[in-house]
Amino acid sequence: MAYPANYRYTKQHEWIDVKGDVGIVGITNFAQVQVGEVVFVELPKIGMKVIAGQAFATIESVKAVFEIFAPVSGEILETNLALQTEPEKVNADPHGAAWFAKLRVANPAELKELMDAPAYEAFAPDGCA
Amino acid sequence: MADSQAAMLRKTPLNAMHRKLGAKMVDFGGWDMPVEYPATGGLVAEHKAVRNSVGVFDVSHMGDIRVHDLQTAGAALAAVQHISMNDASRLQLGQAHYSAMLYPQGTFVDDVIVHRLRDQDFLLVINAGTREKDVNWVRDNTKGFPCEVVDLSDACTQIAIQGPRAADVVQKLTDANLSSIRNYWFTHGKLCGLENILIARTGYTGEDGFEIYVPSDQKTSEEVWEQAMNAGREFGILPCGLGARNTLRLESRMSLYGHEISNDINVWEAGLDRFCKMEKGDFIGRAALERARAAGLSRTLVGLEMIDRGIARDGYRCFNESGELIGTVTSGSPSPTLQKNIALAYVPPAMAVLGTAIYVEIRGQKYKAGVVATPFYKRARKSDAASGSSSARAT
Repeated sequence: MAYPANYRYTKQHEWIDVKGDVGIVGITNFAQVQVGEVVFVELPKIGMKVIAGQAFATIESVKAVFEIFAPVSGEILETNLALQTEPEKVNADPHGAAWFAKLRVANPAELKELMDAPAYEAFAPDGCA
Repeated sequence: MADSQAAMLRKTPLNAMHRKLGAKMVDFGGWDMPVEYPATGGLVAEHKAVRNSVGVFDVSHMGDIRVHDLQTAGAALAAVQHISMNDASRLQLGQAHYSAMLYPQGTFVDDVIVHRLRDQDFLLVINAGTREKDVNWVRDNTKGFPCEVVDLSDACTQIAIQGPRAADVVQKLTDANLSSIRNYWFTHGKLCGLENILIARTGYTGEDGFEIYVPSDQKTSEEVWEQAMNAGREFGILPCGLGARNTLRLESRMSLYGHEISNDINVWEAGLDRFCKMEKGDFIGRAALERARAAGLSRTLVGLEMIDRGIARDGYRCFNESGELIGTVTSGSPSPTLQKNIALAYVPPAMAVLGTAIYVEIRGQKYKAGVVATPFYKRARKSDAASGSSSARAT
């Protein structure tokens, strides 16, 4: 699965797609493969303020619990409630339909710390989800 | 995961096979073991294969201890009776039972399946994570008995073939008549061309199934594994990892060392009374269990089913309605068979009544669960040879 060129990526295997001051956040294909079949998704509350690197959502496989970290600081504007009833979307379409949250980016400078698609692709095979 | 790290872990003779099958490997008690095989469907598919048809597990990481007589007749039985809580004198040749080895405090060294190979020859199958501890403990505590204790752990590749079609699969591999082997009995027979192979109708999944013990060289181990896979192809057999092994045993309320049983939990608390034969005579831990019985229980193991949306996990804390801490979850997971989130937990006996509301703390929030009957899942028993007499597990 290709990593969209317009996204930015974290070492914890999240992606963020920023348009204007709003970023859409999800997890990468590499991460969903590591997790395995997702059976449970817990989303943040609207209005929650997160800082870069802070856990803001949780996904669970049958076997284990994984935290999802905010790629950048910001305020949660919207969450993808469909994931609560269809957690398997995270496996099926991690870079699209299975976005977790939209947030208002507080500090655009933090985006510069993230990897672009080629850099992430080079990083992911050796990374640990 | 760095390969250098994996290299430090112990490997079973089937390690290369797991990697070839694309298994996701994990460190399990110091062993590099498959947790699931994503390429063939993953954990949930493996779980369902065992419940509905058949699956195969590498359980070679488990240990095997043989206790047998040297010269003095009866020493092996006396030794096994001394170190384990079930009554091994009741075992007939070719029969096995669930038992446990206890500390003098009545808590668990480990649980164990005891097989009676000959009159004074027993095979104890023990857990992987406690292998060295168990072997040393058995040696230390049988010193007064003129019997020999042999650690066969590295000599055996142990493969579990489990599920309602397991007998069909294993029967294709052996000339032994499996229909005459009842639950928790075993035989020796020719299997995959190998002579005198131990074939036991035992398992850790709550389904019918067999555990076979073959020589541990890689070539033999891989050949037997592949022949089992080929024999099971028509039934949709899947290789199964420790993930499915855990959800299967949890649904069936089977204990796991370090979770439901440990050096801090006694037999009565764990609810394993029916495997502990106080009337058989003295054994290590008996006196403490007498005292514990007189004193009464302070905690007991219960089944929980989540009512609120959330998954209880090992180690999560349990609270009562008024917010007081009352216990801890020992194992918790989504149940692939029941499509519910289930758990086992230690709580005070007063909280063990069916239907009692218990609140599990998940990431700082309390989620409601209810006490339910266990096992969560029990297979339908056919009225065939397998249940022709009451099994060791049921008595």
